[in-house]
Amino acid sequence: MIPVLDIEGLSKGFTLHHLGNQIEAFKDISFTVGAGEFVLLKGANGAGKSTLLRTLYRSYLPRAGVIRFHSDDGPIDLARAADIDIAHLRRTEIGFVTQFLQARPRVSAEAIVAEPLRLHGIPADEALIRAREALATFGVKQELWKAYPTTFSGGEQQKVNLARALILPQKLLLLDEPTASLDANARAALVSRLEELKAAGTAMIGVFHHPGDVEKLIDRVVDLTPDFIKSEDRIDVDL
Amino acid sequence: MTLTLDAPRIVTTHPLLQVHHVSKSYGSVNALRDVSAIAYPGEVLGIVGESGSGKSTLLRMMNLEETPDTGSYTLDLPDVEGNLFDLDRFARRMLCATRIGIVYQNPHLGLLMKHSSSGNVAERLLVAGERSFATLRAKATAALEASEFPLDRLDAPPIELSGGMQQRVQLAKAIALEPALLLLDEPTTGLDVSVQALVLDTLKRLQQERRITMVIVSHDLGVIKTLADRVMVMKGGEVVEAGLADQIFQDPQHAYTQQLVHAKL
Repeated sequence: MIPVLDIEGLSKGFTLHHLGNQIEAFKDISFTVGAGEFVLLKGANGAGKSTLLRTLYRSYLPRAGVIRFHSDDGPIDLARAADIDIAHLRRTEIGFVTQFLQARPRVSAEAIVAEPLRLHGIPADEALIRAREALATFGVKQELWKAYPTTFSGGEQQKVNLARALILPQKLLLLDEPTASLDANARAALVSRLEELKAAGTAMIGVFHHPGDVEKLIDRVVDLTPDFIKSEDRIDVDL
Repeated sequence: MTLTLDAPRIVTTHPLLQVHHVSKSYGSVNALRDVSAIAYPGEVLGIVGESGSGKSTLLRMMNLEETPDTGSYTLDLPDVEGNLFDLDRFARRMLCATRIGIVYQNPHLGLLMKHSSSGNVAERLLVAGERSFATLRAKATAALEASEFPLDRLDAPPIELSGGMQQRVQLAKAIALEPALLLLDEPTTGLDVSVQALVLDTLKRLQQERRITMVIVSHDLGVIKTLADRVMVMKGGEVVEAGLADQIFQDPQHAYTQQLVHAKL
């Protein structure tokens, strides 16, 4: 197995200055994810599943521990990497998928989806063709491609968001409940795109409200419930 | 309390802008105390803080309008060397005209309000040595068009224009010479919310198309959130926290930043 991410002793807490107290999110988490592996995060509400994903993406600063990411430029500790390195990795190797689209005024659906490709150096016309294919795959109607997603319904925005978030194959993909409130067709499109990326070697760590949606993709489960067995084989797991 | 991050290892490009250990006092008031800032090529650095935090003073120094008591300022550009605070007035004027663009909150600071809008933009080109009338007109029009200024109003003086349009003229003037660095001092403060969104959208588009390095100062967190890749938080002339924009907004470390983020509507 080619390692992509080694997490060692990772802890996260929040200091709330105005209340003068500390909130612990999770403590001493360790696990490894390899290329093409899909790890499901499990645990009750508040166990810190989403917090862990955001910490791996560095939207949250960890308290302690090491997040060793095996980037194309060699291993780097995401817990301490310079902001500019994190920004670079987010453009090239690490993706974060949520259910929410950050729509921008006066930017069309197809332009928003094509953006990651353009920022990656792919010519604008080719990026646009691939963006339209992705929108079609997720079931966004053709007459909406040139429209502004700011006015779309929640469901349509979510499809645009997924098309955008998954258009560029990445080494590591963090998935924060991307299937929530998605219709059956779009969910099937999402699972098949994830399968494709997994087969191509993308390592994935995901939080799913209904893990059954992605059942066939899951290789391992990491339970964040405190003092629980840290990691188990997929076979033994009751989804 | 704030954890120290490693030096960049993957990104080997030099920062375009580096300000180091800048301090400035006016009498007994410390306007800036040991402030450092860097911006990489194509990056948008946001600076937030309340009135009197020193953020605008820092921006004026980046535009070489003011000189600190101590500290250095370098731009990583061909033919630009050494500490820019040491340049004489003529060299400063030339550097600002050709390499740095600025948009002020108050258009009176950046524009001649009674001259035509296209003339205001052309003036910047004249300072840089352009003399052909046809070229001046063409370049000024192109810059105004890129700033999404309505071309049927080219000859209208800014004084007759709305606040949003005045900011577009300032922006056109700032980008006419394709500067390496664009400085924005509260560029949308005082505009209607809908107009503000359009101006921000223009800035975002220009930034993506031209990969201009930008430093934007605002007390409006929404503006900073829309544009900035990285954010510096200032208070009382000091930098209290700096980080990736999403980290500053989602996981602020310093008590003042938490107060600022939680106070946002």
